[in-house]
Amino acid sequence: MSLDTVAKAKANPDTPQPFAELGLKPDEYASIKEILGRRPTSSELAMYSVMWSEHCSYKSSKVHLKQFGEKAVKTDALLVGIGENAGVVDVGQGYAVTFKVESHNHPSFIEPYQGAATGVGGIVRDILTMGARPIAVMDPLRFGPADAPDTRRVLPGIVAGVGGYGNCLGLPNIGGEVVFDETYLGNPLVNALCVGVMKHSDIKLAKAAGAGNLVVLYGAKTGGDGIGGVSVLASETFESKGPAKRPAVQVGDPFVEKVLIECSLEIFAEDLVVGIQDLGGAGLSCATSELASGGSGGMKVQLDKVPLRDPSLSPEEILMSESQERMCAIVEPSKIDRFLEICKKWDVTSTVIGEVTDGTHLEITFNGELIVDVPPRTVAHDGPVYNRPLAQPDYINQVAKEVINPPLPTTAAEIKSTMLKVAGTPNLADKSWITDQYDRYVQGNTIQSQPDDSGMVRIDEKTHLGVAVATDANANWSYLNPYEGAKLALAEAARNIATAGAKPLAVTNCLNFGSPEDPGVMWQFAETVRGLADGCLEMGLPVTGGNVSFYNQTGTVAILPTPVIGVLGVIDDVRTRTPMSFKDAGLELFLLGATDENLSGSEWAYIHGMRGGIAPTADLQREMRLIELLVAGNKSALFTAAHDLSQGGLAISLIEMVLRHNVGATIAIDKPGISLLSETPGRVVVAVTSAKVDELENLAGKHSIPLSKIGATGGDSLVINDATISLDELRTAHTETFKKLFG
Amino acid sequence: MKIGVVTFPGTLDDRDAARAVRYAGGEAVALWHDDAELKGVDAVILPGGFSYGDYLRCGAISRFSPVMEPLIAAAMGGMPLLGICNGFQVLAEAHLIPGALTRNQHLHFLCTDQKIRIENNNTAWTNSYTKDQEIVIPLKNGEGSYQCDDETLKMLEGEGRIIARYVGENPNGSRNLIAGISNERGNIVGLMPHPEHAIDALTGPGVDGLGFFTSVLKAMVK
Repeated sequence: MSLDTVAKAKANPDTPQPFAELGLKPDEYASIKEILGRRPTSSELAMYSVMWSEHCSYKSSKVHLKQFGEKAVKTDALLVGIGENAGVVDVGQGYAVTFKVESHNHPSFIEPYQGAATGVGGIVRDILTMGARPIAVMDPLRFGPADAPDTRRVLPGIVAGVGGYGNCLGLPNIGGEVVFDETYLGNPLVNALCVGVMKHSDIKLAKAAGAGNLVVLYGAKTGGDGIGGVSVLASETFESKGPAKRPAVQVGDPFVEKVLIECSLEIFAEDLVVGIQDLGGAGLSCATSELASGGSGGMKVQLDKVPLRDPSLSPEEILMSESQERMCAIVEPSKIDRFLEICKKWDVTSTVIGEVTDGTHLEITFNGELIVDVPPRTVAHDGPVYNRPLAQPDYINQVAKEVINPPLPTTAAEIKSTMLKVAGTPNLADKSWITDQYDRYVQGNTIQSQPDDSGMVRIDEKTHLGVAVATDANANWSYLNPYEGAKLALAEAARNIATAGAKPLAVTNCLNFGSPEDPGVMWQFAETVRGLADGCLEMGLPVTGGNVSFYNQTGTVAILPTPVIGVLGVIDDVRTRTPMSFKDAGLELFLLGATDENLSGSEWAYIHGMRGGIAPTADLQREMRLIELLVAGNKSALFTAAHDLSQGGLAISLIEMVLRHNVGATIAIDKPGISLLSETPGRVVVAVTSAKVDELENLAGKHSIPLSKIGATGGDSLVINDATISLDELRTAHTETFKKLFG
Repeated sequence: MKIGVVTFPGTLDDRDAARAVRYAGGEAVALWHDDAELKGVDAVILPGGFSYGDYLRCGAISRFSPVMEPLIAAAMGGMPLLGICNGFQVLAEAHLIPGALTRNQHLHFLCTDQKIRIENNNTAWTNSYTKDQEIVIPLKNGEGSYQCDDETLKMLEGEGRIIARYVGENPNGSRNLIAGISNERGNIVGLMPHPEHAIDALTGPGVDGLGFFTSVLKAMVK
């Protein structure tokens, strides 16, 4: 095929173009023509198609996401906000921390190992791009039923991919989630979170400033993998019977990324870049247009200089390729020699492909011919914006009428069988089969990881400063009430930070939904964003960034609305954190928070096939008082242990606590069925020595949090009223599920 | 006492190994794979990781690094040399110790707190432990199954060169539960689990791993 140039586009305005195949709608194609005053060249069309995809442009979500800005809390903690590769938060002592969670759902269904691996790779590069050293990863995962044949194909591959890539990068995996539900069967969710740390002065931004500065592409060579990944894969509903979309999945090489990280950090340390951008979704189209937009707009790129793995790639393919492990830097001419020298030290391929100009257009040539001549903002930021129709789906009112009354245990035998059932049900069972495939020790700073409430890493060995991160979503509640569901997930993630004694500081999110073209899904999304924005404002937590994943839908079946909320907190001295469990007998166990009888959306209801009911209403004032109590109690060394209650209620929290160090407990509770299985939000189990009971009562009173004694630690069983379950029985039930399912 | 820690492209546990050396009271010196010099160190650690992405075979490319030439010469002369995980694989590829590390029997990467028994406490890297002392340190690898022919196994057993064995269920299919072996002289040790991750109860399963690093400092004083 001959090269389509700007001159040809002007000369032949009516050449038919395959915009629909590239995922562009007719009116979008028309507005590209209007922007340019002519038809786009095939290379320009390629760029617009990937950058205006749902995945890159947020065209369906933008009108809602702006609430995060409008309702933003006033805070000095946020150093870099939404819009850059990742938000940056001040955590004190001159340190800044950046964190973000992103989805890689669609590629992971097609090709589980590579999809999950490159999901980790992509988020790590986002963090690196801010100038930070990546220090930990987490991975919230969701699958179809645990015993479904396709889950056995998808889950082991995804877990191996997350581990294969993350382990090879030397990043500890400090937690995540694993949830099973029918609606994820054709649309598993792979969300990946990365945390990075830097000094304030090291923050880097994606901007191409200073005419004459050089545009350098470094890292892996460009190949034919992942072409159109964002437009073809992530922005369309899977058809039940379509052709396999494998060529659109990227293939990762973690070794190249590890070397790229070390090389980039050495380059940053010598202050050799003006701006930097990683190449992820939409590849060079994204990196060049975003860098140019971040400056005055002028940039010239010689596309034929891009080093290729496959020399037969066309310019359109080079622009769209999502080959992994590539970065694009803006470097002053006086610093280029040192830049290239460091790349050589790490055996990283680096090539000057262009320069910043004082113009306003991004101009790309191929073998001397002009093939792209566009205002870069129109590609990167001025994409279409849709105010899609939304309507409350019919099911909302129907499910609200359902009475949720699963059978509750009363006798000793029933309590025992209930506890063993809860211990072994896939959503609550021990996840070591998965997490043992991840390195949690590398870098030597991991303080907490799965099954702790949050992951925690030390960021300074001398001062013992650390950060904690938790991710949570409760899709069952979001299904019943997306507004409350978002707030409840936010509260839970914040509480999971606070149980260890860390203070919640900032929020990231990954909003996983079905098709935005379905008004019911769009309503779920709008309600979720409204709930999260209101919740963050009320709790005083800034949203630092996030990601939207639509089209998680097979045919007409959408996933449950699944907003994964990540909260980052800071702890001044990691040595004093409150652990999730106890090692000693004779401690007193208390429940903070009141329990109600609503089982809607609970795991116990789900086990009994009950989906409906009315979700709890989030009481964020009470949640904030509980968080204050937990942080204050940690500061005064009040707690021996503290563990959050969430999915699975008191039952699973007690099981996790007694099994952690093999020390049992004796529990005496009224209404054992509801007490064990209710998932009323805003509750925490704490263990204290007898000498500290008065202090605990005073603190709970001061923060107006109900407090009830539930038992004491000790023995080799978990005794609940007159039911005795040996720790061995409990351990077998808790740990055998995943081994049996996945072997 | 200066202990060198080598960084190859793809090495991951180099900072952890350097920290362990400092905790034990030594001075850690960074060595770079591409520099054929040992900077006057008294002992060397080849740390864990995925050097060269484990391409070809684990450790197969790293063994040809420029730093390996003076290192092999010094170790042959008696300088203490410890290879942990990927470092063990490099030692095997360099034929400084016999045998090979292959894919875990169950084919998964495994990260777990592993109990091991110190079977020979007369090497440069194990003299801080008592014989038959059981310790817990992290094990984390995808290719940690130690394999050798029957004759080599007999020799290792006969000469007391199996310095540590896994206790309990075999975690990766290693022959005779081998977790670590030494050369004939006892100055070169290859170890699959990670003592550098068990030097502080805050960040590891305990402090059982510190003994490997205090051992070498003692060995050098002698």
